[in-house]
Amino acid sequence: MKDAEAKSIIPDSKISPLGYPTNLLEPGQTYESVNRTIAEIPLRLSAPKSWWIGAIIAFLLLMMFLFAIAWLFIKGIGVWGVNIPVAWGFAIVNFVWWVGIAHAGTFISAILLLLFQHWRTAINRFTEAMTLFAVSCAGLMPLLHLGRPWVFYWLFPYPETMGVWPQFRSPLVWDVFAVGTYFTVSLLFWYLGLVPDLATVRDRAPRLWQKKIYGIFALGWRNSAAHWQRHQIAYLLLAGLATPLVLSVHSVVSLDFAVAIVPGWHSTIFPPYFVAGAIYSGFAMSLNIIIPVRKVYHLEHLITPRYLNNMANIMLVNGMIVAYGYFIEAFMAYYSGDIFERYMMFNRAFGPYGWIFWSLMLCNVLVPQTLWSARIRRNPLTLFIVALFINIGMWIERFVIVVTSLNRDFTPSAWAMFFPTRWDWMILFGSVGLFLTLLFLFVRLVPMISISETRELVAEPQRANVP
Amino acid sequence: MAQLFPPKANVHARVIIVGVTVLTCCAGWATSEIYWSPYTTYVGVAFNQPVPFSHKHHVGDDGIDCRYCHTGVEKSAFAGLPSTDTCMTCHSQIWKDAPMLAPVRESLAANRPLQWNRVHDLPDYVYFDHSIHVAKGIGCSTCHGRIDRMPLTQKTQTLYMKWCLDCHRAPQKYIRPRDKIYDLAWQANTDSQEAEQLIARYHVDVSGRLTNCSTCHR
Repeated sequence: MKDAEAKSIIPDSKISPLGYPTNLLEPGQTYESVNRTIAEIPLRLSAPKSWWIGAIIAFLLLMMFLFAIAWLFIKGIGVWGVNIPVAWGFAIVNFVWWVGIAHAGTFISAILLLLFQHWRTAINRFTEAMTLFAVSCAGLMPLLHLGRPWVFYWLFPYPETMGVWPQFRSPLVWDVFAVGTYFTVSLLFWYLGLVPDLATVRDRAPRLWQKKIYGIFALGWRNSAAHWQRHQIAYLLLAGLATPLVLSVHSVVSLDFAVAIVPGWHSTIFPPYFVAGAIYSGFAMSLNIIIPVRKVYHLEHLITPRYLNNMANIMLVNGMIVAYGYFIEAFMAYYSGDIFERYMMFNRAFGPYGWIFWSLMLCNVLVPQTLWSARIRRNPLTLFIVALFINIGMWIERFVIVVTSLNRDFTPSAWAMFFPTRWDWMILFGSVGLFLTLLFLFVRLVPMISISETRELVAEPQRANVP
Repeated sequence: MAQLFPPKANVHARVIIVGVTVLTCCAGWATSEIYWSPYTTYVGVAFNQPVPFSHKHHVGDDGIDCRYCHTGVEKSAFAGLPSTDTCMTCHSQIWKDAPMLAPVRESLAANRPLQWNRVHDLPDYVYFDHSIHVAKGIGCSTCHGRIDRMPLTQKTQTLYMKWCLDCHRAPQKYIRPRDKIYDLAWQANTDSQEAEQLIARYHVDVSGRLTNCSTCHR
């Protein structure tokens, strides 16, 4: 009965008796079919109509972003809704949100690689690209939030004329190093994995200029055994380097808050709770992107329901950790007996921003519970909707943490509300535009699924399928 | 399959990798050099002035005390520039027809001050006070160098914040007895014990207050 239902949704996909899709690769794939399917997308001169529509919308959003940034630089951060006491507004919310989204990439590429999880094969390229683009968006946010963004390089320790170092005791400086390292390692990892695929694209390119461009980036890859041996060693080493970064980056970001004494920020649970939230939102964003792309480019036979199912499982687990974090925050506020901690929690849930807190509970705790159902996990449309809820929920979570902690702290006479201005919203949606523009270019120009690793699955079908 | 790239391409790739690295390092080094060079700091650069006033002549040869012209140095933030009348205390009697001094005479006649070009110009966001430095035992030559040897006035220090902090972090390296403030030939004390005594006697707070942001940026 259950089998029959699932088959009606996704034809030709095998389902285990427990309701799990079994195949990482639909049957009947050959080296040539994999090569052709993936490598032809960047080589085709035309793009599907939906690519154009999406890319144009993303580009317009990007232009709005640049406009909002220009206005911000002309007028200063007074154009935003931030003020005392809520001095950290959308920019920091967006920063934490984007850094969080960036986490799925490295989790999938590094940790799953080291754990021999083959269900990273078809999605690692995507999510790594997503990581890079999300980190780019994230990195911009604190810079925009600087009063004098043109001296952002003061964050780096370099021999300057002032005789002062950055404040190394400040987590904001740790952020610079954490995010910078993360971006560098992610970029290297992504590119290293790309090299053999770029060579495949080069060899299949029908036009000389395409051969030359992809040839330059393929670094003379000839697919020799010596190449592969070195490539694999380097790839594993980078995976080893990247693995601690998955945990460290968002821990450091969480310390931006936890190191401060503001009730609602000053909490030891923040690092693990932030990391779980980061992986949560990262997988949600991956699904939000992979599901439409797989549909538009007809990649269902490479990105099988098993990938979607496994990603949904990871989201469910992380969602539970995050929900536990919410519970512990509330419990500790009560258990501390501290009047300010208690009031912070009360204000969060029943204060002026209470409705936002309850929408957070809806998006991040209630809606993801539907993922217990195998039918919802296997159906791309429902999964897409749940992931969208989680993405919005994770943004709201950071809003709740940043704003409701600040708007009413120790001194009632200093309480004030934060209301975003149109420039706040333009920066938020504009950064989405930057992210999507980069993503559309990626999908258009780069093989978006690892060709060489998918060929490995073709060669060893026992890896591809759960027994 | 035909060759896409000639054998030279390998050389090109290596040259680019090495070249970009070397160029990046060079750019960093050059930036640093420019920032520390007189091109940016104006150290050792003589400015154009309405009258080529020589501290060497007035201080070194004639022995005029600093405070004869810079009257505010002991009691105000700004050391003060002399009015034309101060110049005229001597120059109404000597060199009174020298062509070089024509702008001074014009200034007196028109009752309009001489427009000197500022040599030591701190940014406006720096609060600096001459009187406290003099009172705490920091002499002229520590910042202004051997002014008695300068035919034309020039900076001897960069006035970069790093330079300010060098003394604010360790004033004992530069502190001198108050009676030596105007002694341009005074040499930094090698006897650290005496310096420590001066720090105590002049109540210089070396607990860290001197390097607070708000000490200079108010």
